[in-house]
Amino acid sequence: MNFELTEERQMLQDTLRRFLSGATGDVWHDLAELGVIGALFGEDAGGFGGTGFDLAVVFEELGRADLVLPLIDAALIPGRLMVAAGADVAPLIAGTERFAFAHSELGARYDLNWVETRAKDNRLTGEKTTVFAAEDADTLLVSARLSGAVDDQQGIGVWQVAKDAPGLTMRSYELAQGGRGAEVSLNDTPGTPLMTQAYDAIADAMAAATLSQCAETLGAMDVAVEMTRDYLGTRRQFGRPIGTFQALSHRLVDLMMELEQVRSAVILGAGHLENPPAERDRILSATKNIMGRVGRLVAEDTIQLHGGIGMTHEYALSRYAKRIAMADHRFGDTDHHLEQFIALSR
Amino acid sequence: MDLSLSADDKAFRAEVRAFLDENLPAELADKVRRSQSLSKQEHDFWHTKLNDRGWLAPNWPKKFGGAEWDAVQRNIFEDECALAYAPRIVPFGLSMLGPVLQKFGSEAQQNYWLPRILSGEDWWCQGYSEPGAGSDLAALKTRAVRDGDHYVVNGQKTWTTLGQHANMIFCLVRTDPTAKKQEGISFLLINMNSPGIEVRPITLIDGGAEVNEVWFTDVRVPVENLVGEENKGWTYAKFLLTHERTNIAGVGFSRAGLAMVKRIAGRAQARGRPLLDNPHFAARVAQVEIDLMAMAVTNLRIVSKAAKGQAPGAESSLLKIKGTQIRQEITDLARRAAGPQAMPFASEGLDGTNTPLPDPYDAGGVAASYFNNRKLSIFGGSNEIQREIYAKHLMKGAS
Repeated sequence: MNFELTEERQMLQDTLRRFLSGATGDVWHDLAELGVIGALFGEDAGGFGGTGFDLAVVFEELGRADLVLPLIDAALIPGRLMVAAGADVAPLIAGTERFAFAHSELGARYDLNWVETRAKDNRLTGEKTTVFAAEDADTLLVSARLSGAVDDQQGIGVWQVAKDAPGLTMRSYELAQGGRGAEVSLNDTPGTPLMTQAYDAIADAMAAATLSQCAETLGAMDVAVEMTRDYLGTRRQFGRPIGTFQALSHRLVDLMMELEQVRSAVILGAGHLENPPAERDRILSATKNIMGRVGRLVAEDTIQLHGGIGMTHEYALSRYAKRIAMADHRFGDTDHHLEQFIALSR
Repeated sequence: MDLSLSADDKAFRAEVRAFLDENLPAELADKVRRSQSLSKQEHDFWHTKLNDRGWLAPNWPKKFGGAEWDAVQRNIFEDECALAYAPRIVPFGLSMLGPVLQKFGSEAQQNYWLPRILSGEDWWCQGYSEPGAGSDLAALKTRAVRDGDHYVVNGQKTWTTLGQHANMIFCLVRTDPTAKKQEGISFLLINMNSPGIEVRPITLIDGGAEVNEVWFTDVRVPVENLVGEENKGWTYAKFLLTHERTNIAGVGFSRAGLAMVKRIAGRAQARGRPLLDNPHFAARVAQVEIDLMAMAVTNLRIVSKAAKGQAPGAESSLLKIKGTQIRQEITDLARRAAGPQAMPFASEGLDGTNTPLPDPYDAGGVAASYFNNRKLSIFGGSNEIQREIYAKHLMKGAS
């Protein structure tokens, strides 16, 4: 057993932490130059990382930043799909071409196998919902069904679709956790096929995304709890720091304790990303379930322990709390993963 | 023991329902149901409707133009209004200042200010909290210094809800800085249009701007705007807070919220079936519903005691804690039910474009509402302060 980061990962973490502490605006190209996108992919694909522990390091740092970057949606997920299809990801790693994956549908909720969008002769028709990073993408990867019932794992393909392709309309909006999403409507829209049997690749990309989301949320929780500790130590009411009231300090201890549970759950998830799918998904369901439960507690209690100031947009805690709570709405919520954990434990 | 309402109470409930049916426009109820913020005009419209019927001030005595209902009637009224998604009655003039003036104000103050609250001529806001005086309200620093026929006020108030609409603010100010902190406070009525007042909106976590900071720089307030005696303001402030805590359990809001959760979960599909059929989600809903059923009875037990002339005492702290726990649990269920559809987000304060969002479950901004309602366990005496109040009550005499 060794819980230390390797020297390379430690360096990546330091570099990223330094960069993000001063970063504002569109930093996509800077991230690519720093090698952050490359760290998400293996050497075969032209990167220098790509394992569970690489992802955990990168995304925990992103989570610590008071900045929302769509690295999961614009790089990790589409990149893993393209690697699975044997496509060139060099422009993606270089940051010169941006992607997004339009997969989610209203009826799917959190299930990956539910695809109603139809493909016929490489023309796609259907409605995709809450597509992250779509607005800034040059190319969309779109899942659609070639055959089978709406919930069959078989018969799902992925196409590359230009954002200005005929029949494609996009309505974008702000997201509660920050960043932007879009509704994407396809009406007989032409696409270039990437894969015809894509379910396993989609499940792999989403497993990596789930782990990354958990690591990112861990980073955000770490900051939120640390801010709360500082606040309890400095805010004075009734003539003393409010952290000297046991009713508050004990709650801080509970938060710290639960946070350690999440930290361990992320390590557990990272260590199993390369395992066979059923094993991988069972562990990641455990990770995401803990993250969802603790995330709610941390988001709610860090606000509560701050009082009114924690409710203000201007104070960074509120932005962290939103990201933490809303992470439960991505890649399967607490309940979804509890059910999946039960199903995969049988 | 008799859990059923009396015939009179049932008739009253029917009357309230008929009124709501006839007077509450569907578009307005829709906005309330979808947690959208209302304009001053919309609030005023609803207040006028209620005032025309004599129902705007349920807890005021008849001689001041109130309905003078007992606690059970008030409870019925509040529940029915919440279930119909009626706008809530803006409480600052009606349930906070009104009772203070009725008990401690001069006859001249009563005659002048009370009718203006009912008519909507004045919109009041509350000048209590300060940056350094939240849970420790008596630590407030805003100073009022007597200068002839005026007080001159300097300082800052914060968390002033809907202060942007207000033309009047009732304030706790320090008039004797040498006295013990509770004993140097006075209760002043201040015109918001006075020179030296500045209102700055605070954008909240949900992007809304319902609260404000109010700054006072050499604001001159006529001495006749002092309520009661100088340096006795803490007594009035505490009296006001007990009135702020009426309807504190929010049973009607919880019932309405639970109906919304079921509506969303009935529309949201999981594996081709309504989410409400999912045993795991159904269990979550049932759990809250069971808690709410019990709390509704607790609430009635406590308010009906008050109806017989016994004031709800320290138990109102229990109602506040349990009531807000349930309401917050319900806002959590609503966002959970909406699943990925909880993420699209519109905010008046942050998103200048206000593009209409996808809203397949006709739920409004469930995430915004979840975050906004974190305030329930913070304001009006945080739940930790409520526990402290009740603990002191339980441990009286222990040392």
